[in-house]
Amino acid sequence: MSKICCCSKDLLAGQDEKIQKLFRSYSKGEENALIPILQETQGIYGYLPKPILYLTSEYLHIPIGKIYGVATFYNQFRLKPVGKYLIQVCAGTACHVRGGGLILQALESELGIKAGETTQSGLFTLSTVACLGACSMAPVVTIDGDFHGRLQPKEVVKLLRDYEMKE
Amino acid sequence: MFTLFSPCCEKCTHTQDNPCKDLIECALRGPLCHDSQSCHEKKQNRLNFLNGEDPKYTYVYVGMGTCGMAAGAEKIYNYMSKQLEKREIPAVVKKVGCFGLCTQEIMVDVKKPGSPRISFSQVTIEKANEILDIFVEHDALPNGYVLGSIAMNEENSAKLNGQVKPIEEHPIMRKQKRVVLRNCGIIDPESLEEYVMRGGYNALSTALFKLKPEEVINTIIESGLRGRGGGGFPTGRKWFFTRKAQGDRKFIICNADEGDPGAFMDRSVLEGDPHSVIEGMIIAAYAIGANEGYIYVRAEYPLAINRLKKAIADLEANGLLGDNILGSGFNFYLKLKMGAGAFVCGEETALIASIEGKRGTPRPRPPYPANSGLWGYPTNINNVETLANVPVIIGKGAGWFKAIGTPRSTGTKVFAITGKTKNSGLIEVPMGISLREIIFELGGGLQDNKKFKAAQIGGPSGGCLPAELLDTAIDYDSLQKAGAMMGSGGLVVMDEETCMVDVAKFFLNFTKNESCGKCIPCREGTARLLEILETIVNSDRENTEASLLKRYQTLAQLERLAYVIKDTAACGLGQTAPNPVLSTLKYFKEEYQAHVFEQHCPAKQCRGLLVYKIDPNRCRGCGICAKKCPNGAIVGERKHSHYIVADKCLRCGACVEFCPFDAITVN
Repeated sequence: MSKICCCSKDLLAGQDEKIQKLFRSYSKGEENALIPILQETQGIYGYLPKPILYLTSEYLHIPIGKIYGVATFYNQFRLKPVGKYLIQVCAGTACHVRGGGLILQALESELGIKAGETTQSGLFTLSTVACLGACSMAPVVTIDGDFHGRLQPKEVVKLLRDYEMKE
Repeated sequence: MFTLFSPCCEKCTHTQDNPCKDLIECALRGPLCHDSQSCHEKKQNRLNFLNGEDPKYTYVYVGMGTCGMAAGAEKIYNYMSKQLEKREIPAVVKKVGCFGLCTQEIMVDVKKPGSPRISFSQVTIEKANEILDIFVEHDALPNGYVLGSIAMNEENSAKLNGQVKPIEEHPIMRKQKRVVLRNCGIIDPESLEEYVMRGGYNALSTALFKLKPEEVINTIIESGLRGRGGGGFPTGRKWFFTRKAQGDRKFIICNADEGDPGAFMDRSVLEGDPHSVIEGMIIAAYAIGANEGYIYVRAEYPLAINRLKKAIADLEANGLLGDNILGSGFNFYLKLKMGAGAFVCGEETALIASIEGKRGTPRPRPPYPANSGLWGYPTNINNVETLANVPVIIGKGAGWFKAIGTPRSTGTKVFAITGKTKNSGLIEVPMGISLREIIFELGGGLQDNKKFKAAQIGGPSGGCLPAELLDTAIDYDSLQKAGAMMGSGGLVVMDEETCMVDVAKFFLNFTKNESCGKCIPCREGTARLLEILETIVNSDRENTEASLLKRYQTLAQLERLAYVIKDTAACGLGQTAPNPVLSTLKYFKEEYQAHVFEQHCPAKQCRGLLVYKIDPNRCRGCGICAKKCPNGAIVGERKHSHYIVADKCLRCGACVEFCPFDAITVN
């Protein structure tokens, strides 16, 4: 536990029970539990907090370097917190052919961030995803899991306004 | 509640711990062990209820696959349920999977007592009301959005009164042959009973009680079934090798890591008919002697994951999974593993590494997973669609299956047809059908009647086929010969407005990002290939002799490097990564030449080669473009015509998008 920095106490305070329960559902040193544990951790926090990665390392007897390797290898994992709304722009083939690139560009210039970043207000995180499988509605964007299909760049900007208005 | 698996009376001895071997047959035709009219009626009533034949109810089916949900099917489902209750119409409202007609979402089917099941397309709240008002309450058909009727079984297909055409006559359905998609969009995927009602798990009973494992393998070999995930390796032979391999434990894995952008066949099958895949898997496990299995499914498919979880729990509760399946003495334990978003994990050795909790990097083969796979034990890996074919082959025989398709590519293939066709969605066609039939008959041709340019088949590992090859037969060997591959079944249609260099760049960008980084040809090679493509889609700003010479060399370099990667990369992802470049170079060389030599993009898609100008006669000087320009390249006074500073222009096109007067021209 010595490796954990002081902020981990606050972090663990609220979620302590959930994390404990999560660890208990896998046995110590079970190497193949790594990815499920990371997935569930991200389910709880929205990202992978460093202290939890250290805890995982101790619990599964896997060096922290290896865990970092796995966490950065897979697209699903994030090491930084996400904004309140996660915007996913589909970058699948069908969306690309139907102008998905323009949608991404419109969002990037409107939010002033690049894909993979979060706005300073902490409201929006912009990311791309390989394919959402809703190709018939291409180009597709999801905001907080809600699908918006057959979009034009102008409409995307309007869409953002709607979400900003909610705040 | 009485279900097909509940004991009909105290004479039934079936329990989870001591399962009856005749469970499946008994559910459909039972009771078998004793003679009782009342027990038989009980079962028959339940079957009628499930089949939509209970005269007391109106049945409503709402298509709730991911695409239906994305279109708002949940709202329609809730609305219909509430309205039916309010109108005091006794009804059963069911959630079904994706029928495949994605452009017709949201699809709602209604089956009234004594009438066929009628399918309605693009249902909105208004249309839902109309359906309830005129069809449900008054038996008249609304105008304009009746798709056709769906026959639940042969008997009620005969009852069709000619008022509504069978859905099989819809252009997108006419040439289809539904084997894998046999239940998708028809049954409630969360109901084990409905799957059994349609003949499910019968093949499993047959395999367990009437066939030896070797006979199962022989049937599959004889059927000619080949892997539907891309490679096309004969499935039966794969099983045979794993059966033969020595090991204390053996595994079977279902590869549901469908990472191919623009493809969603596996997702639809898992969402629409998860039991067909699981049944195929149990049969495969029995054949190769595996007692443990994993389904490796993409975490991006939450609905598929939930339906699989439900299916596994139902099977365990009914003695069809776990210890002593149906009392046969065969044990099989099935677990779900969620992928974490890595395209390379579709490669079998990388997938195994990922299940073991490691980075998903492939390793050299041999040894093949059949001999040394998961944790070093013999492992058999099959794709979702391959496994969904298995129960049908065992049930109907190898001969039946072999009669579909071509001699070397038997059976059917599911394609996700998307892009610029009028109809997009999921289709299942017999092998050997031509690309032209798929695109122009099933797909309904191109949107706005534009000219067909190319079909991208096989995703990032496949290639683009031009109009000259539209008559190519869809089978493993013809496609390979044409420079594409079957792949998992993504089919993206492109029209004259698509730039082929841009498409090649798109796929390379994808494979570059998804390269695991283990071997140099793939990691560095794809990055260099992409760099070359980046140079040719941008104009030469230096415009010196040296820089132009460099630009002209790129064409030769592109081809050479592509072949080096193809020959030297370690795994399937790397070896096939240059295919999009090679096939576009082969069939669309003039487009590359236009980019390189004339610095011009014929399809007007490569922004780096475009020249933006403001038409002074149309510009009213509103200033919106200047505000939207990310680089301050547009200057001008309010209410006076603006102009673009060419050197500062990033060619992003934002000004064109936002100009209210269409004053900006692109050349």
